[in-house]
Amino acid sequence: MSQGVMVVPEQRDGELRKISFEIVSEGRRLADALGQSLTALLLGSDIKDKAPTLGHYGADRVLVADDARLGTYTTDAYVPVISEAVKANDPAILLLGASFQGKDLAARLSAHLGVGMAQDCTGFSIEDGNLIAIRPIYAGKAYAKVTFQDSWPQMATARPNVMPVNEPDTSRSAEIMDAEFNLDDSVLKTKVVDVSKDESGRVDLTEAEKIVSGGRGMKGPENFKILEELADLIGATVGASRSAVDAGWRPHSDQVGQTGKVVSPNLYIACGISGAIQHLAGMSTSKVIVAINKDPDAPIFQKADYGVVDDLFKIVPVLTNEVKKYL
Amino acid sequence: MSASGVKQVPDTETQIRIAPDGQSIVKDDIKWVMNPYDEFGVEEALRIKEKFGGEVTIVSLGPKRVTESIRTALAMGADKGVLINDPSAEDSDALATARALAAVIKDMEYDLIFTGQRGVDDDMGLVGASVAEILGIPQLSVITKVEVSEDGTSVKVERPVEGQTLTIESPLPALITAQKGLNEPRYASLPGIMKAKKKPLEEKTLADLGLDASQFGKEARKLKVLELTPPPQRQAGKIIDGETPEEKAAELARVLHEEAKVI
Repeated sequence: MSQGVMVVPEQRDGELRKISFEIVSEGRRLADALGQSLTALLLGSDIKDKAPTLGHYGADRVLVADDARLGTYTTDAYVPVISEAVKANDPAILLLGASFQGKDLAARLSAHLGVGMAQDCTGFSIEDGNLIAIRPIYAGKAYAKVTFQDSWPQMATARPNVMPVNEPDTSRSAEIMDAEFNLDDSVLKTKVVDVSKDESGRVDLTEAEKIVSGGRGMKGPENFKILEELADLIGATVGASRSAVDAGWRPHSDQVGQTGKVVSPNLYIACGISGAIQHLAGMSTSKVIVAINKDPDAPIFQKADYGVVDDLFKIVPVLTNEVKKYL
Repeated sequence: MSASGVKQVPDTETQIRIAPDGQSIVKDDIKWVMNPYDEFGVEEALRIKEKFGGEVTIVSLGPKRVTESIRTALAMGADKGVLINDPSAEDSDALATARALAAVIKDMEYDLIFTGQRGVDDDMGLVGASVAEILGIPQLSVITKVEVSEDGTSVKVERPVEGQTLTIESPLPALITAQKGLNEPRYASLPGIMKAKKKPLEEKTLADLGLDASQFGKEARKLKVLELTPPPQRQAGKIIDGETPEEKAAELARVLHEEAKVI
């Protein structure tokens, strides 16, 4: 019978990403709820030294698949290796992060294993020994409570920035073992030939803890400078509404909403955004929402924890100056 | 030759209401449109056809109303359409849907398959990868640039991920899931719409494709929906008072620091 929880942490350039600690922590909670053990399956190249850290966050066991061909993620290389480990270990739950990599991987892996998959979940629980997942649909206009039927392992990805991270306990040590796998070069069809880094140095919207977003009220691309100044100061990423992106003021990658990125930061500051339903859907899981808009009837105010009815061009620069007091 | 998978979804301006069964949405009064991400896929397939020749086939699964979305793609310039229209397939999960789509595509000659990176309805993003798995071809997900090699045997794509853009090379055939930014989809022209009416649009049942209907539909789902709920309501917010913008901004900074503790 399938038993235990397995998580697949994510590394980039040999460093564990934050989502890895989120899913190890969540995996620990699920394993405790089942009274079973937590295994982390770590793939990479020269990555073994990162395994103990996963133990500090709650893994009982870390299986390490160390191979030069696993240093940079490709779907082709990761799917067979994980699939082999899943078959050998037969976990009841398989949890990945809903990062770009995790979503690509989980989609292919679930089809490869022939199991159901719950993508981009915001909550998990165990009921009668089964995994129950909560996932926003229609970009958050509704929530679905889902479970699995004759499908082992029960497979899901967790939305970044949602699962609380355990306090690392350095006295905890995980059993570290090599994962057994055969990776045939003939299955490696795709190749990452170039990696260009985003020069802004800001965290991606999907993982950002703070976001300052601008909409049509910004009036033009040049005015986003005042949002960037505020963002740089508080360590936020700059986002945009669909109208600002469609007007060509900001790149597509900055768009928050149903046809852009779905975000869940601790702080979302919406400037000059009226709050079209497709935008609200994409940011409504933010913990604290601030709206700055001169139209008191803008729908964004119905979602905002704090609203400022005024001209954003007068408010934002002063706000930038005022927050300096608290940093 | 390329195939493009399309899905029909509620327009993104739609208010979603939960049906009395608690497991589905109210489908009256919904304006159904082609999934926006699929439109980018269709557009890219057409651009590649314009450069290299060949044909673009639109493949979809769903009820009769989906023919409208397929006609839209035909009016944009696609050559033919196939709709898997079978009541037994209704409410199938991603893997079953992919099996049906793959059953249509596998007998075609194809170099590229496009789908949207996700449907803006269930937000799963599984069908493209599942079709690729079933057909045993590489998948290239969430792509903003596609360059087919001059000899037509490989493709180079750009995939933005957190803080980076990856350039990936793959042999053909391959499946690409389209992200916003890939292109600006064209509008169907009036002559295009007229021509589309005469283009072949075939409807098939699961049995036509040699598939076992018991593997499809709600009962066969491996991921089961227990309940749909409206999003958690947010508490009524607080409007920041002040005589001047300066006062309001100062008060906002204060509450973000002292009350919300986010700054």
